[in-house]
Amino acid sequence: MNLLLEFRALRRLYSQQFKTTFATMLQYRASLFIWMISSVLEPLIYLVVWSTVSTGSGGSVGGYTAAGFAAYYIVFMLVNQVTYTWIMWEYEYRVRQGLLSVALLKPVHPIHSDISDNLSSKLITLPILLGIAALLALIFKPAASPTWWSVLAFIPALLLAFLVRFLLEWTLALAAFWTTRVSAINQVYFVLMLFLAGQIAPLTLFPHWIQILADILPFRWMLGFPVELVLGRLTPAQAWQGLGAQVIWVILSLIVIRFVWRAGVRVYSAVGA
Amino acid sequence: MPQPAVHLHELCKTYRVPEREPGMRAAMTSLFHRKMLEVKAVDDLTFDLAPGEIVGFLGPNGAGKTTTLKMLSGLLHPTGGEGRVLGSIPWKRERTFLRQITLVMGQRNQLVWDIPAADSFELNRVIYRLPDADFRHTLKELTELLDLGPLLKKPVRNLSLGERMKCEIAAALLHRPQVVFLDEPTIGLDVTMQRRIRAFIAEYNHRYGATVLLTSHYMADVEALCKRVIVIHHGRLLFDGDLSALVQQFTAHKTIVVQLEDCLADLHTYGEVINCEDGRITLRVPKAKTASVTERLLADLPVIDLLVEDPPIEEVIDQVFTS
Repeated sequence: MNLLLEFRALRRLYSQQFKTTFATMLQYRASLFIWMISSVLEPLIYLVVWSTVSTGSGGSVGGYTAAGFAAYYIVFMLVNQVTYTWIMWEYEYRVRQGLLSVALLKPVHPIHSDISDNLSSKLITLPILLGIAALLALIFKPAASPTWWSVLAFIPALLLAFLVRFLLEWTLALAAFWTTRVSAINQVYFVLMLFLAGQIAPLTLFPHWIQILADILPFRWMLGFPVELVLGRLTPAQAWQGLGAQVIWVILSLIVIRFVWRAGVRVYSAVGA
Repeated sequence: MPQPAVHLHELCKTYRVPEREPGMRAAMTSLFHRKMLEVKAVDDLTFDLAPGEIVGFLGPNGAGKTTTLKMLSGLLHPTGGEGRVLGSIPWKRERTFLRQITLVMGQRNQLVWDIPAADSFELNRVIYRLPDADFRHTLKELTELLDLGPLLKKPVRNLSLGERMKCEIAAALLHRPQVVFLDEPTIGLDVTMQRRIRAFIAEYNHRYGATVLLTSHYMADVEALCKRVIVIHHGRLLFDGDLSALVQQFTAHKTIVVQLEDCLADLHTYGEVINCEDGRITLRVPKAKTASVTERLLADLPVIDLLVEDPPIEEVIDQVFTS
């Protein structure tokens, strides 16, 4: 009963936040457009480079043809869009400007407004990105061999990927409580992401030891895994292992986030909010 | 005696701030060996506020007012002592506690910048889980009291400072908090707007019986709203009592204004002459001598009019802080 009330209150909060985010985003159409270009451009560059390489080296690199790379990076662009967060840039600003004080006075955990804000802006931009993906598909003629079960498994995999990435980046964003040099931490994080999430190249192109590292660390489970899954590049056993790894990372992040948040607020409220 | 709405007992807050000399060398040494300086922002503060009271919280910049308000609203953890607001320990930040208080800080904004204030109000409605009927009712009342009607639909960034402040205050009060902490609510506003906000605070307190603790550098705010004031300096309690008692305690002087038929008389034998123009002379005399000096003035001189006053409150406050 209590849980139901709690759920209903949160649902109202999320739908109201959606209206707010929507109204705010409409105020910034130009910056929205620029952001769109950048989120399309990066995977597009990898796509073109790897297609050229595979054509040049006899039609295939690491099991990917030019059309295979096209499929990989078009789906990658969409998965990245769904799981993307900007919270790590925002927290330092919040702490420094004292905006966090306003959030701390509210009788709700601040993570809720961040999640709902994130999901809302995704809902708004996703249709446009789907259009761009369709356009890219027409140009680059991607090829993949998805199966019915891999498409079905993609749905929970994408959701879990979002959760792992959001929770992890939200936790990292809390570093702003301890240091004002957050950008250094962010740089390290993005380099790891570049290599271990399947961003600069699909993970199967890397040496074996990097693939093992990618399996142990969370990055692959936030991006590369759902992409490979939906393209039909994984066996059922690999798919189950992947979903399991994602669930483990979600649970771990939820535990860590609790501790880090409490410790962070303690620091914040000790040094002067 | 009813349970106090706000209760502080020997509350302390010490900040540890890194300290270093200017220059390259000091910068290098501070990398390895940080010298920490302890700053006592709030030092053994004890007072109670009764439910429904409006109290002025005074002190110069850096006296510890904002630090105290932040501790009472749960943003800061004290380093010692105890505090209760409506029976809760503020820094535990329990939801039931947060739903019953508010803190308005002059420069902080809780309104979303790019959208109309009405939309931010809606967000607060779901955050505080206000029943629709209550929300509409309170919003209607606040709109009337603060004259928000024409402002609600404009994006917040297009509002003037005063208009924005009114909306900020409304947003902070939509959940009808029982305890209201106001940190410089009238800072930077023109006289008309200040008066408006002041009248509103009095009305809110009267209508909902809310307890209000208010800091302001405008003595007009304090004189209009607060019977009782609490004065702190360097984090320590200097005075807690009626505003009139503050004047009594901290001024050893009264001013006597006499209007004479001519201006030629030299009055420095009666007291310190502060001002003299058009036959209107302002004297400062020790409080104990007020009666005898007045008597002598009336007997000796062709007095048309005579007025005995306490010095202006600004002057009193200034004396409190410099003494």
